Amino acid sequence: MSNVSIRNLCVSLGGNRIIENLDLDVIESEFLVLLGPSGCGKSTLLHSIAGLIDVADGSIAIGGEDMTWADPADRRIGMVFQSYALYPTMSVEGNMSFGLRIGGTPKAEIERRVKRAAEILHLEPLLKRKPSQLSGGQRQRVAIGRALVREADVLLFDEPLSNLDAKLRAELRRELKLLHRKLRSTMIYVTHDQVEAMTLATRIVVMQGGKIQQIGTPESVYSKPDNLFVAGFLGAPGMNFLNGTLACDRSMVRFAAGQVDLDVSNYAFKHEPRHDMTVVLGIRPEQIQIGDQGNLTGVVSLVEPMGNHEIVWIDYCGHSLAAIVQEMREFKADDRVRFSVDAAKISIFDQFDEARL
Amino acid sequence: MRAKLRLLRLLRLLRLLRLLRRKSMPYAALLPMALIVLVGYLGTVLWSLKVSMSSSRTFPAHDFVGLTQYARLFGNERWLQSLENLALYGVLFIVACLVIGFLLAVFIDQKVAGEGVLRTVFLYPYAMSFVATGLVWQWLLNPGNGIQQAVRLWGYADFEFDWIVDQDKVMYTIVIATVWQASGLVMAILLAGLRGIDEEIWKAARIDGIPTWRVYLSIVLPMLGPSVGTAFVLLFTAVVKLFDSVVAMTQGGPGIASEVPAKFIMDHLFGRANIALASAGSIMLLLTVTILVAPFMYARSRAAHRKASQ
Amino acid sequence: MNATVTRARRNTRLDPARIGIYAFLVSAAAFFLLPLYIMLVTSVKPMDEIRLGNIFALPLSFTMEPWQTAWSSACTGVDCEGIRGGFWNSLAIVAPSTVLSILIGALNGYALSFWRARGAGLLFGILMMGAFIPVQVMIYPLVQILAALHLFSSLPGIILIHVIFGMPVMTLLFRNYYASIPEELFKAARIDGGGFFRIFLQLMLPMSTPIIIVAAIMQVTGIWNDYILGLVFAGRENLPMTVQLNNVINTTTGVRLYNVNMAATILTSLVPLSIYLVSGRWFVRGIAAGAVKG
Repeated sequence: MSNVSIRNLCVSLGGNRIIENLDLDVIESEFLVLLGPSGCGKSTLLHSIAGLIDVADGSIAIGGEDMTWADPADRRIGMVFQSYALYPTMSVEGNMSFGLRIGGTPKAEIERRVKRAAEILHLEPLLKRKPSQLSGGQRQRVAIGRALVREADVLLFDEPLSNLDAKLRAELRRELKLLHRKLRSTMIYVTHDQVEAMTLATRIVVMQGGKIQQIGTPESVYSKPDNLFVAGFLGAPGMNFLNGTLACDRSMVRFAAGQVDLDVSNYAFKHEPRHDMTVVLGIRPEQIQIGDQGNLTGVVSLVEPMGNHEIVWIDYCGHSLAAIVQEMREFKADDRVRFSVDAAKISIFDQFDEARL
Repeated sequence: MRAKLRLLRLLRLLRLLRLLRRKSMPYAALLPMALIVLVGYLGTVLWSLKVSMSSSRTFPAHDFVGLTQYARLFGNERWLQSLENLALYGVLFIVACLVIGFLLAVFIDQKVAGEGVLRTVFLYPYAMSFVATGLVWQWLLNPGNGIQQAVRLWGYADFEFDWIVDQDKVMYTIVIATVWQASGLVMAILLAGLRGIDEEIWKAARIDGIPTWRVYLSIVLPMLGPSVGTAFVLLFTAVVKLFDSVVAMTQGGPGIASEVPAKFIMDHLFGRANIALASAGSIMLLLTVTILVAPFMYARSRAAHRKASQ
Repeated sequence: MNATVTRARRNTRLDPARIGIYAFLVSAAAFFLLPLYIMLVTSVKPMDEIRLGNIFALPLSFTMEPWQTAWSSACTGVDCEGIRGGFWNSLAIVAPSTVLSILIGALNGYALSFWRARGAGLLFGILMMGAFIPVQVMIYPLVQILAALHLFSSLPGIILIHVIFGMPVMTLLFRNYYASIPEELFKAARIDGGGFFRIFLQLMLPMSTPIIIVAAIMQVTGIWNDYILGLVFAGRENLPMTVQLNNVINTTTGVRLYNVNMAATILTSLVPLSIYLVSGRWFVRGIAAGAVKG
């Protein structure tokens, strides 16, 4: 169990700066998820931590020791790859023990570690099989096992579930979470899947363009996004955005966009709002309450039933807003509905620097 | 009414004809292939088999003498020498090509500068005919003017490299020339295989702390199994065919020291006019190929089946 | 454990391992280039320089005469016509053989991949095994068959022979290529009313350019480099360049003109070598595609 601390990291690939001056502290025993769209630098960051990519500048310390130029095998890490990267000609047991045998670990110790990993991952009956005789989920468990036997302080996961079908993915996701609870080792996990990020992480790092956009618990990243990118990247359906201006009037702050006029006085501004400021207002679909006591009216344009909930699209003064309705109610297209928005739970961003106000 | 009925019947007949034409088209298109397979391949093999059991010499005889020709063949000094030569040649040639080709591929795979140029250099001999390269090597190995003479002119007066005129070593010269020509082929095949290996396997091995040479030996080489198999089959067929190079380099000499079965057969077909004996030799060659290649092909098709059924 | 590994590998450019890699590759390259160098150098030296000198030495006096001799007046036995005749013969053999074998190979591959004709699979299987039959097994019966057809020792005869021996690889090449084309495309063409030849000529063949290039490279170099088939089947009037080359060099009469021999060897290799140099990756693709037998 170790912390990882990254200072001033710069990484270039083929002449392009992928990561520029990045700082990140991974706390001991946490499950940190690096989340972002493809090409945001999250995999590059993970591979730099593993030592698979040479850094251009900065430092990486694992467990308090400078590992910037250490060999991957000496960093006390284990890694699980997207394509599993199992050695195809070796048995499950061979895959798990090969690195240890090369490293000269005593035979009894290897046996103990393989046995333990196999127990944890329910691989005992498969030890003699070849990777080609395993299902996708089993292969990924072997890949995890190969990382476990190293008894590494830090486990790195590079989109480990993205090659699996939806059902297996959910199953392995739960297994991974249980594994983390059991082992308590530091885990760094790269994904572009926000559901994985939300469900697994103790903290999420949202990345874009080689920079960290926000670090926080899943809850805070979701409900209090630091900027427009984070707000738009998380959530399905996405956050509703309205472009408009703020009107400050003594104790009252109002948001106006065309015919839209919302009282946002309850909003917890980080910075003092200025009058006439151009802003973007963000409302999560589940924060739109449809009901007769609502103070706003709109027309239903489309209803998407999802089984346990439904998404109702509302035309409101020329804007299309998505609302999630938990109880299945009979909405039809062209219905006029009343709804309300809780100003305390919305997000407001400066339109110019896109940062949260 | 009757006219209409007749018209209908005619139309139906026409439709049937068109259907027949459509159905028969693929068969018509495959006719040349069928002819060549049945006559050109199957027919000729059976014919040779028949000839090998006759007493034909210059002209075909239509008698049946059983395995007499085969007995005669294996009493023939020249044939036995040919077989021995081919076995020695085959083992050396295949092993050397595989080892050198693998090394070349691995070294080129180290992200070296000028990879394109190197690959071109290693493979160009394969684009030339065995006759042409055989002639060049004959010239190089010729003790009077070739390498031996050059080294002596450099001041090593006792230097000897006269294998091409040495009965005991002449086969090695053919090995050298043909390995030079064909190891680039192995390199090309194995390099393609190396490039097909998942980059993440390499990363996983680095995290496991496995030294590069060990990764090549214990992980990559077993993964290259199919590529090695392909290269082996190509090299093996080249061994059995070995003819052009011998004709160009040594013409079987000195004496019969570099005779090979393919040349034995050709000589007896055309020069020595012993068709039956030549045919017996060719059937033996076919038998050898079958015994060595068939298990490989079987494993190949089974592997393909497994993959297909997965 | 860690002080030692820290700062271990910053500059991977020129450590001893890399020097070793380059040393190996450069010496291997030198070995591979040596014969080509000898050929070139020898072909531009006068004979007395060759007789006395070192084969590795650069020419003292440069001459193109051996090239001229090789092309137009080198002797094979009593004829002193050079190997230019062989060049034109090879061209006359290669061009039609290549076109025909590609056409038939494409047709076979197409019929095998998309039209499930009964028995075609078995034929294909035998054909693939046929690729491994040593030519010597087939030569005598083929001579007899061609003689019966009055095609032995004739241009059409040797072309037919090349079509026969090229068929396994050509068919395999096109079959595998067409197998990678989605079946839906063929089905759509059927629904649009295309017949056997219309789909072949208007849809499949135009889509086959890459594999046709690969096949052409394979056939042209393969047939150009052929020796044994040309020797047996072409006949005196049509001997290909490789056979004439061997005759020139291994002719037993007169003095050996090594410079002429080397010039003739280069001339004979010129066509396949230029194809190789120009086509590069396509050539390798041909090897890979043709090698995946079965």
